[in-house]
This record gives sequence, structure tokens and C-alpha cells, in this order.
Amino acid sequence: MENLIEIRWHGRGGQGAKTASLLLADAAFNTGKFIQGFPEYGPERMGAPITAYNRISDTPITIHSNIYEPDYVIVVDDTLLKAVNVTAGLKLTGAIIINTTKNFEELKPFLNDYAGSVYCIDARKISIEALGKYFPNTPMLAAIVKVSGIMSDEEFLKDMEGSFKHKFAKKPEVIDGNMKAISLALQAVKKVR
Amino acid sequence: MSIRERLSGNEAVATAMKQINPDVVAAFPITPSTEIPQYFSTFVANGAVDTEFVAVESEHSAMSACIGAEAAGARAMTATSANGLSLMWEMIYIASSLRLPIVMSLVNRAVSGPLNIHNDHSDAMGVRDSGWIMLFSENNQEAYDNTLMAHRIAEHKDVQLPLMVCQDGFITSHSIENIELEDDEFVKNFVGTYRPEHYLLNDKEPIAVGPLDLQAYLFEHKAQQADAMRNAKQVILDVSQEFEKLTGRKYGLFEEYKLDDAEIAIVCMNSTAGTTKFVVDSLRAKGIKAGLLKVRVFRPFPGEEITKALSHIKAIAVLDKADSLNGIGGALFEDVTSSMFVQNIHVPTVNYVYGIGGRDTTADQIESVYADLAEIAQTKNVGNPYRYLGLRKGDVK
Repeated sequence: MENLIEIRWHGRGGQGAKTASLLLADAAFNTGKFIQGFPEYGPERMGAPITAYNRISDTPITIHSNIYEPDYVIVVDDTLLKAVNVTAGLKLTGAIIINTTKNFEELKPFLNDYAGSVYCIDARKISIEALGKYFPNTPMLAAIVKVSGIMSDEEFLKDMEGSFKHKFAKKPEVIDGNMKAISLALQAVKKVR
Repeated sequence: MSIRERLSGNEAVATAMKQINPDVVAAFPITPSTEIPQYFSTFVANGAVDTEFVAVESEHSAMSACIGAEAAGARAMTATSANGLSLMWEMIYIASSLRLPIVMSLVNRAVSGPLNIHNDHSDAMGVRDSGWIMLFSENNQEAYDNTLMAHRIAEHKDVQLPLMVCQDGFITSHSIENIELEDDEFVKNFVGTYRPEHYLLNDKEPIAVGPLDLQAYLFEHKAQQADAMRNAKQVILDVSQEFEKLTGRKYGLFEEYKLDDAEIAIVCMNSTAGTTKFVVDSLRAKGIKAGLLKVRVFRPFPGEEITKALSHIKAIAVLDKADSLNGIGGALFEDVTSSMFVQNIHVPTVNYVYGIGGRDTTADQIESVYADLAEIAQTKNVGNPYRYLGLRKGDVK
């Protein structure tokens, strides 16, 4: 498993963290990578904390366990910071990406002295602007692609257009909005430390 | 030419079923296998297959419908998990004793109770002596390939037994991973047309299926079933060899991973074998001679071949993802150790019951097993052979 990147998603049931992890797997697959995208199923219910994972590698992936030392953590809902130890095992060489309107000083008490990079994005604002509704997963997907550099912005945009055309074949009216959400998110994600 | 794709384990099996285009699929939804009949029913609705899809009211009926269809001369498939398989119990034995080559996808899950939807092998282990051929799959690719090979094995004239393809619930069934698919034409040609020797809808040969079978014949019929199960081993090897020639993907009765020169080895099945390969690689990088034997064909159990492959090992750990609650050890452990014993091969061997009810099995846990084995190899002292891996102690009342 060369150049293995491991990613952990924290979201709440209904926010689409699982879907985002599958879309990320899709996008990386389309660039020729070996991928895994899988959720950790618990008592599934709207609003409950959920975890999903990605592995992305240049060579076949054989390991089949959850991810305990991720390179990147994505927090789709900042209310989870109080409920879940989101930085557990997170590599110092990696980063955490949080959907929030809070500044770094407000976030710091919840990061358990994590000393690596911290990125923030207001996925709510982007989603409302682009889609008129709150679906944080698409902006967060764009954020992780930008921060991890798994692929270029251009490759990603091109690939997502194809994916959305397939995924929303019966709801074509949401394709433009999702593409807009991605474009905005690629610009909006900011390193706060 | 294989097609590069990414699919979950359930999608992979549903795709194989679409390409096989069986005459009948009868199934009832149960987590984590639900997606298989769900996807398949859309193939039926879209006209991608011309299968008769029977949305039955229970798993007992699902297996009954498959039995009826196969007895009539049709090719029948189903999918289930855990308690769904439990509800089929009566019909599972009838399917095998009537020598009906039904193919089932078993997405392994813990059998209740208490209620648990996650992966272990307690469902499969409950039917291990029911006369079904049982193939285990490390990942989506193997679940797909095993399904493509299933009918060729089950329907072979020397076999004529039902077959189940197992994979780990959620761990592989719901994980999207890379996969190489074959095209529809290849599958159609490879699987071929089902031509049963005897079947109910043959008006040239009126037969009875499943009549009373008392003291005079049942014993002989059971011995024939056992013969068929023994015959299956060679048929599996032949079909796998043909499959390898056509696809380049090699399958045997089991996979030996860096086992040739290994001193310590793990024996296990399904997705944990993949995690074990990862650990073997990292131990090899440190100069530790670790190896893996991954069982693909659990029924018929290739005892002689496994014994031969393990005879040079200094200490062995057999990992069971179901506790047999029998005071002596798990099913795979019993099969491996008794096979070795009767062939007079004595290697210190321990059993680890692991991953029960979906408890995640980590690379660190597997590494700890190899550390235990290194010690056993050195001291020759097995200690307690019936162990647990990943079991919490002290906080469960």
C-alpha cells in the first residue's frame, strides 16, 4: 500500500458523511487509485454521531479494519467536537477539517492539544448559497480534496460533474447547485493553523 | 478483458447474479444481505435479466421456492444472513439431501441473540455440516469470482450439491473497493446452460422428489451425499484452474501467503485474511518469518492439503470468528487440528476466537497473535489453547 492516505469522517446521521466518503472513493478511483470507502454502521438514526472511512492508495489495499491513525479527519458538524474525540490518533503530519463558523481560539479547547494543521470552512453558508438547503457533505468533500491534494481542482470538478449526472439522473435540477457548492468550497476552505 | 470497476461486496454479488441470469431468484430481505435482492429486483424490473423473482414472505419460503425451482429443472439463487439462514434451517438440509445445486450468497452476520446486525461467522458455522459446499471470500473480488464459479461446481455431475458463497457483512458487503469484472458474454459462456439429469418438468421421465426414505435406503443416500462432498474438491480445483486460465485470477482450496518459508502462521477466513496479509508484510520487513493460510473452501474441508501446507510451521494460530460454545474451541480450529492429528503431524496450535458481533479486528491485534506464536515456537509451550482476541476484560458485568 504505497502512498496510502487514510481519512476518517465524523458526521451526524442524515448529513451525508457516508455519501461523501463514497463520492471521495469514486473520485479517487477515477484518477486510477485503489480505494476503500466504508461507513461504520451503528444504531442508525437521524442526528446520531456516525463515522465513515476512506483509504486511498497507489497499490491494492488488503487491510480490512477501521482507521485508528488517520492522515485526515473531517468534521461535518462542529457540535460533534463536544461529543466525540475527533482528533483521536490523528497524525501530526495530517490535518483536521471542520465545518464551523467558529475561530481557532474557540475550537482549540476541543482539539485535545492536537498540534497538526487545522482547516475550517463554513459549509452551511456555501450550501445555502449554492443549493438553498443545508447539505454540508458536498462542500466538505471539496474541502478534503483541496487540503489532501488527492487530485487537482480541475480533475475533481470534471469528475464530480460526471458523478452528479449519474447520481442525480432523476433530479438534474440539483446538479448545477452541487457543482457550485464544490467550486465555492474549493476556494473557501482556509488553514487557521 | 477485465473491466476496472469499484463496487461494494453486495454490488459485486448482485452484478454476478445479473450476469448469470438465473431462472429463479427467491429472497427475503435481511441486513446486511438486503441490498443483493434489492439490486437484483431492479435488474428484473429494468429487464436486464429474465429471471422469475419471487418476493417471498420469509426465508423459509425463499429456500422452499429455490428447492421447488431447482427440482423442476431451473437454476435458482438466493441471498441471506444470520437469522434469515436460521429460518431456512429445515429447508437447508432438504436442499442438499435432494441434491439440488442451489447457489446462495451468505453475507455473514452474528446470529441472535442478543440482537446484533454485525459481522461474525456464527451463521455459516451453524450450517457447516448441512451438506452445502461453502466458499469464503476475502473481499468483493473474491465474492464476485466465487459466485461466477459457483454453478459450475454445484451443478457438476460428480457433485450436485448446493453451494454458498460467504463474505463478511458490512466489512466487505458495504465497503466500496476496486474490482475487476468480466463482461456479460464471458460470464454467460463460462457459467453455461443448466442441463439437469433428472428434473420434475421432464415429461419423458416422471420422477418423485423427496419421498419417504426409511431404514432401507437413507443411510446409503447420506453416504452418497458425503461422496459428492468429497468429489467437490477436485471439481473446485478444475473449475478454478479454468477460471484462472481465462481471467488470470488464481484460486485453489486455500491461499498460501508467504507460507513456504514461514515459521509462524495464522489460519483464518474472509476479510481478516486481508488484514493479516498487511501484518505479514510488515513483520517480514522486520525479518520475522510470518505466514498466512487463508481457507477458501471450508466445505468440503481440505484437511490433507492444509496439513501438508502447515506441516513445516513451528507454531500455528487458527482464528475463529464464531465461538462454538462447546468448551473445546472453534470450528475451524477443530477441523485444522483434527486433520493434522490424524495425519500424525503435530505442530503447537492455538485457537483465537475473535471479532464476535462486529468487534473490529485490527492490525495490532493480528500482530499480537504473531508475537504469541513467536513465543510458542520458542518455548514449545501452548499454554491455554482456547483464547480470545480483542475481548475486553473486567468492565462487562
